[in-house]
This record gives sequence, structure tokens and C-alpha cells, in this order.
Amino acid sequence: MAQLNQRCDICNVSAFAPNHEAENSLHTPVNIETSWPDAIYAHFRRVDIRQVGYVPDAGHSRLITLCCDDPNIADVVLTTEEEGVGLVAGAALGGQRAALLMQSSGVGNCINMFSLLRNCGFGCVVLVTMRGEFGEFNPWQVPMGAITEDVLRLSGFLTYRIDSADAVDEIVGAGCDMAFNGNLQVAILLSQRLIGPKVWTR
Amino acid sequence: MLDRRDFVRQLLIDRGDLLVVPGLGSATYDVAAAGDHPLNFYLWGAMGGTAMIGLGLALARPDRRVAVLTGDGDMLMGLGSLATIGVKQPKNLAIVVLDNAHYGETGMQASATKAGVDLVAIALACRFKQASAISRIEETADLRALLHAGDGPILISARIRDEDVPRVLPLRDGHAIKQRFIEALNSP
Repeated sequence: MAQLNQRCDICNVSAFAPNHEAENSLHTPVNIETSWPDAIYAHFRRVDIRQVGYVPDAGHSRLITLCCDDPNIADVVLTTEEEGVGLVAGAALGGQRAALLMQSSGVGNCINMFSLLRNCGFGCVVLVTMRGEFGEFNPWQVPMGAITEDVLRLSGFLTYRIDSADAVDEIVGAGCDMAFNGNLQVAILLSQRLIGPKVWTR
Repeated sequence: MLDRRDFVRQLLIDRGDLLVVPGLGSATYDVAAAGDHPLNFYLWGAMGGTAMIGLGLALARPDRRVAVLTGDGDMLMGLGSLATIGVKQPKNLAIVVLDNAHYGETGMQASATKAGVDLVAIALACRFKQASAISRIEETADLRALLHAGDGPILISARIRDEDVPRVLPLRDGHAIKQRFIEALNSP
């Protein structure tokens, strides 16, 4: 696990705090130590993303830590994913690129707010960790997970799906370029096969 | 109680390089009525998102002052964003809620502030540096100074009369509003 981030604004209560992690070890996916989040982060640096809004998700925890540890990235923990859509728009008005990290359930929270991106042509990359699909233990995750990609397409996003770690670099790179070269809305779905199913050990 | 048009007009006098994000509905009309300006990012939708647009802009441009002007209905829909802003503590962001305790755009139904839900107390609980209510037009000059130089995040609940005023409709094309704003912000 990446080291505790001291600069994070809410580190005392975040999922990065060691005691919190210990209490919630069932939230840690099996593949968290693999390096694909680093490939995403490298593209964030390459395309100069300066604001990252997120609602924490176990599958995003390493990427969140990398972003929080970067003094050039403003990490913004959101109370609901739709706040992130406004953040992206404001950042773009001020000349900064922004990305959003969320779980598939969060996509449903954003639908009306997504119209802001499409209506004004704000470039945006959304990285979505999937729940409710391959190997899902919790059936309550399935209804939203099953429609996440369709919802994104209907909301005006180009969607790309990643099922294996070796495809992350190429697809995230292409997605970032399309979003910011043409002010397009791009969503990248990180499948449950990639992340590993949530582990329920107790 | 304040006359909303008079209050917003006085608030934006000598606005200089202030960046203004008005929320959908009456706030957008009030800001347009005070005088069209390329550094207004008029919203015609995205209800609940106005304060967060202000946050993204304030973080991107710490060298500039950002004023969100919006209604109580929009602010209530985005209450969580007050917590989000409280975490980031942007010094250059002020939110002015034009609070008439009603949903003016849809037939003047009562909002939660009508029942006494207190946006000022919520903002303070969310770690805003300053939050207060105003209801007298004589207080506008002090508030204007606060917008331009006060230590943020700031939230002001401006108690306005619950009256219908004529609509003043600015640009509606989102791409045009965005492009005009960005060009003005980046012009020397």
C-alpha cells in the first residue's frame, strides 16, 4: 500500500489512514498492488491534469493516493459524484484540465449534471471502476453496474472499456488525448475483472 | 428585505476583474440585468452545480476572485458542495445566495429556507471562513468589499423579497458563453 499521504486535506478520516484501512480490510481489492493505476497517473501528468475530483472507491485507492501526493494536482474529495462535473467545468473555465474518479454507481448520480459538459463542450476524462458485473457478490450493485456504459453513452460520452492491465496504458492515453484535443467527454470503464472482485472475508 | 435587482446591481458595481458564476434561473437574470459582461458564466441548467463550478474556477485561478451568485433552491440542491468547499478552503471564493425562500422559476413554492433551514449556519459548520446574512441595502458596499478582498471561503445569505421581476435573458449558447469567458479571462 502506498504510504500515508500527509498533504491530503482529509487524510485523518480518509481511506488512506492506516487504522481506517485495518478496520475495513474487506474493502481492499486483491490486485491493489499491481501497477496499472501508475499508468493512469502517468497519463494524468503527461496531459497536465491539474484537478482530480473523486468519491473514494477501493479500486481507485492507489490512483487517489498518487494524485493526493502530487503537489501539482488539486485533489478534491466530493460528497457526491455530480459535484465533480461542476468542478471539471470550473477548472476548464480557469484553464486547467480535470479528471474524475468514481465507481459505476456514481455515474447514475451525475446524469443531469453531465449536460453541462456536453452543452458547453468541456473536455473531461472520467475513470469508472466497475461494480455489479464479473464476480459480483452484492446483487444490489448489479442494476446500476449493468447500465453504466449505456448511461454514459446516452449522456454524450465516448466510452472505452478495459478488461486487462496490459491495455490500461494505451487506452487511457488515447482517451486523454481525445478528451482534451477535442473538448470531448470520455469515460474509461475499468472492469471488475481488471480490478478484482471486492473481497468479502468476514 | 432586499430588492434583488437593486442589490445585485450594487454588488457588481466596479467589479473589475471579478469572475462571476450565476446559478440558473433568476440569479442569471439578475446578473444579466446588472449589465452583460464576458466574465459572467451564465448557467441555464446544471441545478445544484453552481458552487462547484465556482470551486473549480477558484482552484484554477487563485490569482483572481470568484463570486458565485445563486438562488436558495440551487444552493440547497448542492448542499454537499459546501462540505467539499470547506475541505479545500479556497481563499478567493465567495458564494452569495439570493435567498427569497421560494422556487421563483416554478411558481413560488416554498423552499427549505422558508421553514428556517439556515444556510449561514450550515456554511459555518462546513468550515467557511465567513458566513452571514444581510437584509439591508446599506450593507451592500461592505459585502462588495468582502467579495473583492475578504478571506474565503465566504457565504452570504442575501434576504431578498419573494417577488416576481421581469426576466432579463442573456446568451443561452453554452459554447459561446464558455468561449467568451475564457477569451476575456486570458486577454491581457
